[in-house]
Amino acid sequence: MNGYYSRKLHSLLGVIPLSLFFIEHVLTNFGAFEGGPDRFNAGVKLLNDLPLVYLLEWVLIYIPLIYHGIFGLYIAYQAKPNNGHFQYSRNWRYLFQRITGVITFVFIIWHLYETRIQVALGNVTHEELGSVMHNIMVQPGLFTLYLIGVVSASFHFANGLWSFLVSWGITVGPRAQRVSSYICMTLFVVMALMLVLSMVAFRGAEFQGASVMLDTVKSVLS
Amino acid sequence: MAEQTASTKTVKFIITRQDSPDSASYVEEFELPYRPGMNVISALMEIQRNPLNNKGEKVAPVCWESNCLEEVCGACSMVINGKPRQACAALVDKLEQPIRVQPMRTFPVVRDLVIDRSRMFNALKRVKAWVPIDGTYDLGPGPRMAEKKRQWAYELSKCMTCGVCLEACPNVNEKSDFIGPAAISQVRLFNAHPTGEMNSEERLDALMDDGGIEGCGNSQNCVRSCPKGIPLTTSIAEINKQTTKHLFKKWLNV
Repeated sequence: MNGYYSRKLHSLLGVIPLSLFFIEHVLTNFGAFEGGPDRFNAGVKLLNDLPLVYLLEWVLIYIPLIYHGIFGLYIAYQAKPNNGHFQYSRNWRYLFQRITGVITFVFIIWHLYETRIQVALGNVTHEELGSVMHNIMVQPGLFTLYLIGVVSASFHFANGLWSFLVSWGITVGPRAQRVSSYICMTLFVVMALMLVLSMVAFRGAEFQGASVMLDTVKSVLS
Repeated sequence: MAEQTASTKTVKFIITRQDSPDSASYVEEFELPYRPGMNVISALMEIQRNPLNNKGEKVAPVCWESNCLEEVCGACSMVINGKPRQACAALVDKLEQPIRVQPMRTFPVVRDLVIDRSRMFNALKRVKAWVPIDGTYDLGPGPRMAEKKRQWAYELSKCMTCGVCLEACPNVNEKSDFIGPAAISQVRLFNAHPTGEMNSEERLDALMDDGGIEGCGNSQNCVRSCPKGIPLTTSIAEINKQTTKHLFKKWLNV
């Protein structure tokens, strides 16, 4: 595949399906803030009750994620940032897009290991994910790492959407690009805020599972 | 005691030099008498007349390229106080001192401030940035161009292939094969031309290959740096639109 097509595929996969999944994930998490464990578990159940859920996971999440992530690392490697001499906001966003991309990729791998992979290994069930998150969020160090992860992911998503609109020729003129900047940066703040609120909600005692389960989780995390 | 007129104003230059394409670069400082209205080119001319560095040693004069001295030829591009620009339009009065002058290292350095901009001209050949009208008989007049379109297309035609946009771009470097903003904007210009439009797909195909338009990372430094004020990012986005359309057209027509 030549460079143009592989780069275009990278760009497309970032929005369809990865951004759509990101929005879905933010909403499910926000259920924890809005309605506590019941609301959150209902969201988790809704997704896991989808037909062909394993196929959907691979086609809509893992394969696009692996391609977007690995190709993205190559794009980040190719950059030669010059923000020292060109301190323009668009140039800073160019740099942050690459930095947050790398952080997000590492964060997602870690996050998947703690959640989805543990479910696959049979160490936790879907119903226990709320208490898994609770045990992570009550630890200040891990909370901070999650904070960096979710803010990076939100920025990468929102700014990526802005550059997607440019790269596919949807926002052409300076005014269109300026207006889409405002919209996307607002989206960044909203997404990051929703994720942080969800993280705070997971700290609540209502997410604490039974003590037996807690021990399992602790042994998993250690 | 040497005769010294009171308060002789001087200008200090710190120039990055290089004796040959392969040799290591080094920094040399020069202190020149100030003259009102002087620019970086006239300072380099002064060094050429009297090539003494600030230690008083006689050195080989600094090499540079320039032609028009009115910011239309694109030959005297160099990095002045960190920003790539035309040296002829860089007025000493408006520059912070000491003035640091470096070659545009995105391009191969020939000597001192002289760089080889061949890749830009090769890029224009690659995207066929011209209107093909040669033939064996008179083709007659082409279609007319709307005045409104001519006005914005004229802005794009001001490109002097100076290379400043490539120097400012974080994606034009030795790790990437990105063609750079200038050639993409020229594709927009020639695709807008009523006769040039007849070959628009050839130009788009050239940009839909390795090192084509996909190399743009939207840092948008190019549009902020262009000495001619060409709306380079609008050109890139417009060509993104044209290549996207061309992409779907190709897929759905096969």
